[in-house]
Amino acid sequence: MFHNLAQLVRYRALIQSLVARELKARYRGSVLGFFWSFINPLLLLLVYSFVFIYVLPNRGDIQPYALFMFCGLLPWTWFSSSLLESSNVLISGGTLIKKVLFPAEVLPIVTVLANMVHFLLGLPILGIFLLYYRHAPISLLEAACFPLVVLVQLLLTLGVALFVSALTVHFRDIKDILGNLVTFWFFATPIIYPYTLIDAKYRWVQNINPFTHLAISYQEILFFDGPFGHWRWLLALAVASIVLFLAGYFVFDRLRDSFAEEV
Amino acid sequence: MNAIDIDHVTKVYRRYARRRQFATLKSALLTGTIVRDLRPDETFAAVRDVSFQVRAGCTFGVVGRNGSGKSTMLKLVAGITKPTEGRVHVQGRVSALIELGAGFHPEISGRENVFINGIMLGLTKREIARRFDEIVEFADLRDFIDAPVKTYSSGMYMRLGFAVAIHVDPDVLLIDEVLAVGDEAFTHKCLDKFAEFRRRGKTILLVTHSLGLVERFCDEALWLDAGQARGTGDPRRVVAQYITDVARTEERQLAAGDAKAQQMAAAADTPVPEASRPAEPAVPGDQAPTNMFQATEGRWGSREVEITDVVLVGEDGQPGHIFESGERVEIRLKVRAVKPTRDFVFGIGLFTAEAVLIHGTNTGLEEYQPDELAGEGEARIVIDRLDLVEGTYKLDVAVHKLDGYPYDYHRLLYSFRVKSYTKDVGIYRPAHRWSFSPGIKFIAAAPGSAPVPGDEAARGAGVPASEELGGVQGPPPIKQ
Repeated sequence: MFHNLAQLVRYRALIQSLVARELKARYRGSVLGFFWSFINPLLLLLVYSFVFIYVLPNRGDIQPYALFMFCGLLPWTWFSSSLLESSNVLISGGTLIKKVLFPAEVLPIVTVLANMVHFLLGLPILGIFLLYYRHAPISLLEAACFPLVVLVQLLLTLGVALFVSALTVHFRDIKDILGNLVTFWFFATPIIYPYTLIDAKYRWVQNINPFTHLAISYQEILFFDGPFGHWRWLLALAVASIVLFLAGYFVFDRLRDSFAEEV
Repeated sequence: MNAIDIDHVTKVYRRYARRRQFATLKSALLTGTIVRDLRPDETFAAVRDVSFQVRAGCTFGVVGRNGSGKSTMLKLVAGITKPTEGRVHVQGRVSALIELGAGFHPEISGRENVFINGIMLGLTKREIARRFDEIVEFADLRDFIDAPVKTYSSGMYMRLGFAVAIHVDPDVLLIDEVLAVGDEAFTHKCLDKFAEFRRRGKTILLVTHSLGLVERFCDEALWLDAGQARGTGDPRRVVAQYITDVARTEERQLAAGDAKAQQMAAAADTPVPEASRPAEPAVPGDQAPTNMFQATEGRWGSREVEITDVVLVGEDGQPGHIFESGERVEIRLKVRAVKPTRDFVFGIGLFTAEAVLIHGTNTGLEEYQPDELAGEGEARIVIDRLDLVEGTYKLDVAVHKLDGYPYDYHRLLYSFRVKSYTKDVGIYRPAHRWSFSPGIKFIAAAPGSAPVPGDEAARGAGVPASEELGGVQGPPPIKQ
């Protein structure tokens, strides 16, 4: 397993070019092309702003509410699209696995990385809005923590994506279950509502949800005033993510030989 | 040194029972059978205990029927699947031409796909950039290289895939029946490229149904049958073994088909149906054309004289169903007369598979005067040269009276195959030879195949074209 993991470094050129291909191919043929990477998050922001400002007006202590949501939505989109896409990636890439000597884990990794690029491209939009509202200044320390949060999310997403992609080859049902699970997961995570909204009795449920801590970290760094107080949780999550990634890779590696026969 | 070393390799595929398609994650979780469901119900060995070595620089052919495990073998060598038992060792960089253009993304241009495909096959960006022009030149896609691959025709797609794969410059090249994709010109180009590979001492493993290619091109061959190695070594010998075995199977199938036709005819047999009774003396198959077109297999007649057995015997003296074009063939009719008769005619008719009469004759037409037929006997007709082109043919046999009254009439109940190395067309192959004035010259050509450009072409038998085109004397009969 660790040998294979080390081999991945050799494939970085392949991963790099496949991510580039993924990004190029995604908007190929559309009029706006690459601008969709910016427009999509913008439209998403618009939809949620409409819902939570006009349809379900909020309590008012967090302002501007749309910006608050956007801080959690952007990373969530990266996470959820990665999972949903990776559930299908081995099956749709079947010819590669069956006909070319090809390290299968490259496929879910490329999916996660391509979605990460979309996430990163959405950040300037977020930045523009943060400046526009002249929101709480981001301290240097907080700025330094930001890449760490992204890294933790990357590890977590990779781990889950490897797990999901490998198991879906054997259990196609996961694809359908996952769609609903991801929706539920979204509402169970404090993204469109603040962490404090949930009754303290159920706080533990929130705390075992790994994405809670990512969302809070993003919100604290980008949105809220004051120091980044959630770092202990983030460190714990970092450790958990490393374990999860290794576990995901382990499962993937164990099932690897069956892919060429099952997809 | 061996480039490929296959050591007692077995590949077992799992086959799951139908119920597993419904037993999915939910039920697996609910009933706790997740572990059991992941275990196969049945296994299927695609490759069974196969061992062979390919020396570096050697061209190795693998032949066998569909489903004999050839492609699995190739995937094992390529490392795409792992052997269940045994060991596969390959020395050097491998490029597998299993599916051309696998991994092309339809939305992006040919240029970008060349780069990505090249990286997938193990090249670096710089290496691809250096070979890019050569690749495009080879694929003959200069004008289209910047168009999205989805706009390519399937031929263009394959050509580009092939061009990339071949320019990976592998030490070991694995080829799975990919020569079938291009047009004639492209196929020649590929063969030239393979020849170049050989010259440069690279190893090639070739899986193909084109036996001529194996004989001409390979230094060694392996015959796989039902996952097992049936023969390995000199390609001509292995191919001959394989052909013999295929012929044997075909023989069985033809015999089974004939038996079935005869059985059905016997079941439907009605003594002397008036309608089918020709008014005039006739040879079998020489009935009115209207009748001939509606001719279907069948048997009729009064059975006062009965044809009890029909065999075709080739030059080997054994009854059979498969003959070499130009072979001497004997048709033997065993007959039995219920009571002695002085009015009888033996006839035969040869038909194509589409029931077009090739030749019909009988003893009456050839002015044999019947004198007596009593008890059991055998009538033989010897065809000195069965000068037919390759194909399946049908046979009519009959005994009837001089006026055509049928004793026993077997309509299209017997079939046989004619095999030929020369792929000429039509029905009849007159014995022939070519000759040319001194100004007209041919390069040497291998038997049974179109000439291939390049210096490898003559590797086969080195028979001068003029002799080879004599055709009818061509290769020895495949039957033993």
